Amino acid sequence: MLPVKEAGTTIAVATQNACKACMPLGACLAYRGVEGAVPFLHGPQGCATYMRRFLIGHFREPMDIACSSFSEETAIFGGSADIHTGLDNVAKAYHPAMIGIATTCLAETIGEDMGLMLHQHAEKNADKASPLVVAASTPSYSGTHADGFHAATCALVNALAETDAAQAGRADVVCFPNMVSPADLRYLKEVLADFGLCHVLLPDYSETLDRPIAGEYERIPKGGVPISAIRGAGAARASVTLGSAFRPGQHPGAALLAKCGVPSLSVGLPVGIRGSDLLFQQLEDLAGKPTPEKHAAERGRLIDTYVDAHKYLYGKRAVVYGEEDLVTGIASFLDEIGVVPVVCASGGRSGGMAEALSATVSMQRGDIQVLEDADFVEIGEAAEAAKADLLIGNSRGFGLSRRLDIPLIRVGMPVHDRIGAQRIQLLGYRGAQALCDRIANAVIARDQERSEPGYMTM
Amino acid sequence: MPDTDNLIKTVTPLPDPEAAKEALLKSYPTKVARKRTKHMVVNDPATLSAIQANARTIPGIITQRGCSYAGCKGVVLGPTRDIINITHGPIGCGYYSWLTRRNQTRTESDAEHNYIPYCFSTDMQEQEIVFGGEKKLEAAIQEAYDLFHPKAIAVFATCPVGLIGDDIHQVSKRMKEKLGINVFAFSCEGYRGVSQSAGHHIANNQLFKHVIGRGTTPVEGKFRINLLGEYNIGGDAFVLEDLFERCGITLVSTFSGNSTVDGFERAHMADLNCVMCHRSINYVADMIEKKYGIPWFKVNFIGANSSAKSLRRIAQYFENDELTARTEQVIAEENEKVAAAQSRIRPRCEGKTAMLFVGGSRAHHYQDLFKEIGMKTVAAGYEFAHRDDYEGRRVLPDIKVDADSRNIEEVTVEQDAELYNPRKSADEIAAYEAREFHFNDYDGMMPEMEEGTLSIDDISHHETERLIEMYRPAVFCAGIKEKYAVQKMGVPCKQLHSYDYGGPYAGFQGAINFYEDIDRMVNARAWAFIDPPWKTRTSPKLTASYGDQ
Repeated sequence: MLPVKEAGTTIAVATQNACKACMPLGACLAYRGVEGAVPFLHGPQGCATYMRRFLIGHFREPMDIACSSFSEETAIFGGSADIHTGLDNVAKAYHPAMIGIATTCLAETIGEDMGLMLHQHAEKNADKASPLVVAASTPSYSGTHADGFHAATCALVNALAETDAAQAGRADVVCFPNMVSPADLRYLKEVLADFGLCHVLLPDYSETLDRPIAGEYERIPKGGVPISAIRGAGAARASVTLGSAFRPGQHPGAALLAKCGVPSLSVGLPVGIRGSDLLFQQLEDLAGKPTPEKHAAERGRLIDTYVDAHKYLYGKRAVVYGEEDLVTGIASFLDEIGVVPVVCASGGRSGGMAEALSATVSMQRGDIQVLEDADFVEIGEAAEAAKADLLIGNSRGFGLSRRLDIPLIRVGMPVHDRIGAQRIQLLGYRGAQALCDRIANAVIARDQERSEPGYMTM
Repeated sequence: MPDTDNLIKTVTPLPDPEAAKEALLKSYPTKVARKRTKHMVVNDPATLSAIQANARTIPGIITQRGCSYAGCKGVVLGPTRDIINITHGPIGCGYYSWLTRRNQTRTESDAEHNYIPYCFSTDMQEQEIVFGGEKKLEAAIQEAYDLFHPKAIAVFATCPVGLIGDDIHQVSKRMKEKLGINVFAFSCEGYRGVSQSAGHHIANNQLFKHVIGRGTTPVEGKFRINLLGEYNIGGDAFVLEDLFERCGITLVSTFSGNSTVDGFERAHMADLNCVMCHRSINYVADMIEKKYGIPWFKVNFIGANSSAKSLRRIAQYFENDELTARTEQVIAEENEKVAAAQSRIRPRCEGKTAMLFVGGSRAHHYQDLFKEIGMKTVAAGYEFAHRDDYEGRRVLPDIKVDADSRNIEEVTVEQDAELYNPRKSADEIAAYEAREFHFNDYDGMMPEMEEGTLSIDDISHHETERLIEMYRPAVFCAGIKEKYAVQKMGVPCKQLHSYDYGGPYAGFQGAINFYEDIDRMVNARAWAFIDPPWKTRTSPKLTASYGDQ
């Protein structure tokens, strides 16, 4: 196993320039992937405002997050009245099919009994056709935005998936895609469809967070996985979960297995050839047919690109940071193209990242440093010590990129300083193709800028 | 030149404002409508109506407002480069306020520290929520000190901190004694008050109690002022610093943009306080006046005319011929460039309409800029202002203090035994007032808006949509949260919190930048490709459905 640098050896106490956001953020993003759903924070309005700003800036799309607008009085006496008013007002304004609740630090600190409140709310509205309400417990002090995303995905499974015989045959496979871009979600759907697999993608914000301009504002953007499909997920033949950094009780495939007995298959986030091969192998088995020619060709072109790029990339040293599964997936891919992932860092601490990396990163050079629960000061120190050539991660690494004067290849979330974050591709042969081109071109551009004669052939 | 046939055209005639207001309210559930109607006024400069403001947002109604922590840490304390700000709480609040406000700073030498790119958080975990976080906070303060030896450390409480009872003020006091530097804390938990406005007030109080007046090194300069409520978004403060320097005015401190602890500590050595954003900083102006005898008046450096007017007021205050002459010269130089820009851009923007729903002063100040290129503001409102920002300070005695305001400390201020020095005598002030030169005053937004325009406080998402549909403004000014929703409707949205990626917009050069940016937006070719739903309609839609009721 690769050595893990113990968290906090550099910065003992404070987190300085965090490499993680908070749990309810991830939960709101997951709820945005359900058709007709409105995310709702049980807590003060500031949380909703901060998270909206973050997500809107990344996707450059509208993102409404309602909230119960806690006051000081609520903080002391509880938010039962506010949540009833809040849910009623959202129901009236949006006519949502579902309201997805995520709890905030404040609600959890005062010990709000969400189960009881929602039960009361349902009783109060028994005679009305009110929206479905699903809740996840997501206090910021219990994990990162990635954990919140998984918590909400599991909450959806636990609340909705049914084994009912009526659902049988509705879906072959349920795919839990992890926190990836709308472009990657669209790609996954395309792949599943090309295999002829009737599928449920949970969650699916590929349309809701990358909308065509309509001239009209849709309060709830079109798209998302239908609630009926989530119900039907309980009768699927299998589930495929992408990623492995799940904290206890937050593996969506395991949740579906526990609730409905659906067999759970897992692959790491499929970035690069080996990761994608694992996914395609699973799909071949499920579909009982070989990988469609279109994708086999993409695999071939990808290898051709590896060959084209190897002279530029071999031996380059990269720092990869972000969500644990993203880091593991990208490090595995870098290993394939000859780039050494000298620092693999995440603000998350599910505890499984080093192990997952050991399984996929073949180069045991002894200079690959794994940082869990890391912040950007630690990442910066490690990057400097490792004499990194490249940074691969979200926009929050820009300061580091400028200080070290090395290129930043933007992936993950947030990408607040470029347009098109929703269309950044990573997954499968196609995603690796795009990523390989971007990384190689970043290296070439740097060399070209510094070439004295100003070469036009590189 | 782009073909502008398909670009948004101003609706003529504009909808009847009373009918528009009715349409905004009509579709609300009765209870909500009853509350919201008080937040909407059809302006009539002849008879000023009262508007409801600074009232708690109704749960479930999507607001654009932030919280007390955002107003305190993000807005007021954020732009000061040599204070280390430590967020005490779980990670989210610190993370979202890390370098996200686009305020800028310039150190005067490489030896000087700039902590703005750093975001310190105690990143509280479950065990600290259960057992208390004071020890971790104390260790974090010590660590920040060991790492950087800053002049000051400020601590900010997030929601859970107030509830678990961590005494951040006691910890700060202890560490101040131990480290020998200024350490102070803000009880700015997000649930306090109704918006970020509460955080401004909390920030003002603590700055006044813990920082202002500590400085002892005298400030050189003949005409010394503080600029209050200027946050150096997009470099605004740099433009103003340059103007002051050219006029011969010494800027002691700016609260808070391109600011330093040292500047704050010596703020009491200025002879005049100029208040730019009345909402966020008027408390400090009042307190300084009471304690040190420094008068204040309102200025506005957004818009070329307003900038000239504000500079002249400062010169008039100091009553010095040389200052007046230099000021006039600067204004003349700048106005020449402004006039050239206006003649270039005005024909391309003339007659178009704008809406502004932002901030606690910007929705007012930016109307001047639009006027200067011939654009009319048809509706405006603030996100977190109080009644005085709409109707003027004259209504202060009539504002009811509710539970949400009562939980914010009102600092009792007395004249400083040694340092109180009234810069102008009562007679001198009276003489100014007699000449219509007013101190301690702000007229507010509504008296300056044209008859028949709308003022709407804390506008909701629903109202925004309907308003745009009815008026089809050429540009809508708000923040990033509204931006993409507005643009999906085919209307360009200018961010006035962060200036999108542009600015500066203050002063004369800022005005020119703004004209150019607005021209670029309202005349962009992209809009021509969108068919807004009203394009096929012959009259503005005045009805809308909000709910079943």
